[in-house]
Amino acid sequence: MTGWERFTDSFFNARVMAQYLPKIIEGFGLTIVLALCIIAAGLIAGLALAVLRALGVRPLNWLIIFVVDLFRALPPLVIIVLLFFGLPSMGMELSGFASAWLALTLVLMAFSEEIFWAGITSVPKGQWEAARSTGLNFLQALGYVVLPQALRLTIPPLTNRTIAITKGTALASVVAVPDILGAASSGLSHSFNPSPLTLGALAYLVLFFPVVLLGRWIETRFAWKR
Amino acid sequence: MNPARPIVEARAIHKHFGALHVLRGVDFTVEERQLVFVIGPSGSGKSTLLRCLNRLEEPSSGSIMVDGIDILDPRTDINKARQRIGMVFQSFNLYPHMTALGNVMLALRKVQGLDKSEAEARAQRALDRVHLADRADHYPNQLSGGQQQRVAIARSIALEPRVMLFDEPTSALDPELVGGVLAVMRELREDGMTMVVVSHEMSFARAAADRVVFMADGEILEQGPPAKLFNAPRHERLRAFISQVERH
Repeated sequence: MTGWERFTDSFFNARVMAQYLPKIIEGFGLTIVLALCIIAAGLIAGLALAVLRALGVRPLNWLIIFVVDLFRALPPLVIIVLLFFGLPSMGMELSGFASAWLALTLVLMAFSEEIFWAGITSVPKGQWEAARSTGLNFLQALGYVVLPQALRLTIPPLTNRTIAITKGTALASVVAVPDILGAASSGLSHSFNPSPLTLGALAYLVLFFPVVLLGRWIETRFAWKR
Repeated sequence: MNPARPIVEARAIHKHFGALHVLRGVDFTVEERQLVFVIGPSGSGKSTLLRCLNRLEEPSSGSIMVDGIDILDPRTDINKARQRIGMVFQSFNLYPHMTALGNVMLALRKVQGLDKSEAEARAQRALDRVHLADRADHYPNQLSGGQQQRVAIARSIALEPRVMLFDEPTSALDPELVGGVLAVMRELREDGMTMVVVSHEMSFARAAADRVVFMADGEILEQGPPAKLFNAPRHERLRAFISQVERH
């Protein structure tokens, strides 16, 4: 076999690819479900924390800042492993899927809280004052006046961060979740051929390339002159 | 003429910002349908006094009654009270993500609970009063500074306040745009609106104010009709202030 033949046989082996394609497709679906659950829960929790922080209750804010910094500092894989292998000793058992979901949700919550908070504080104080002086209460001023402006500012950094963290769904394969990478690497160990990994990489491209393009589109769609 | 009754009655207002004592026992009243001008050097506390009147700043002590409502009483629904007190800011503070009409409609819809068509009709009337009916669909960044300030005035008067507070309404404007804003303020006055104006527009004060209040170092040093205050100032600080402002 020439070097080129060895290369195509290893990474583009049609027989192996055909055999493991169904598993990869299943993993593809699972990755999408996991990513959507993380994005929904993480962004909602992050926004909720930022809104709580805007209330300006000192001790509560210290707690929020501590939690946020904690989950920004810990590597996501460490949190996943800790939840999956650590919690059973406390009598709580989380599936691999649930561990990965919870860990990455907490991480996205922490990063998105910081982004939402930066957005809220970048809205000039005069906007609050104008809204409150017409009789809007705190939540109305926040909801109708401040957040719509803050969210536009946060969309570019939020999109980038969300993509980065959802790519972390690949870490779920470590705790035996058959996502794209999990399916691909079990294919590798059964066939002794890395072609399933090639399929997996293609699956990630198919999944995330449109997301990246969507991010670009959202950025231009929401950019507006002040 | 019916006996004027005070709409704004502030008594012994003190305000501390940390170690700074910015209001030192200010008594301040405004009668119905009056235009009261507050002047003074920067740092004299005039803007702080104005912002206390709708509780954007919380006074450290004292009492404030506006239209019979105790503004500082914790049981007072401040959001309700603020609808009787319009405020116009130096930097306009229009909501950049809403059209002129949207800016005016927001509180009508969300605070006063009007339905869409009613709020729209009232907002249009308010924009008409500031001569910007044809700019209803424009966003703030499509309007000149003077137009933005007039939209901000419309946003306040749409709520039909009992008193309007103006915090240096023309200070951020190019000179050629000041006239339009002052003209709208003069019309409001002719319609009988009670107004408190913090501003350096001395010629407007001379022409339109019922009373001018001079503040320095957190106190009211002198007040009276504009002719008396400007032509025969008694206090040394006021004399110095007037000659300084008129030199510019």
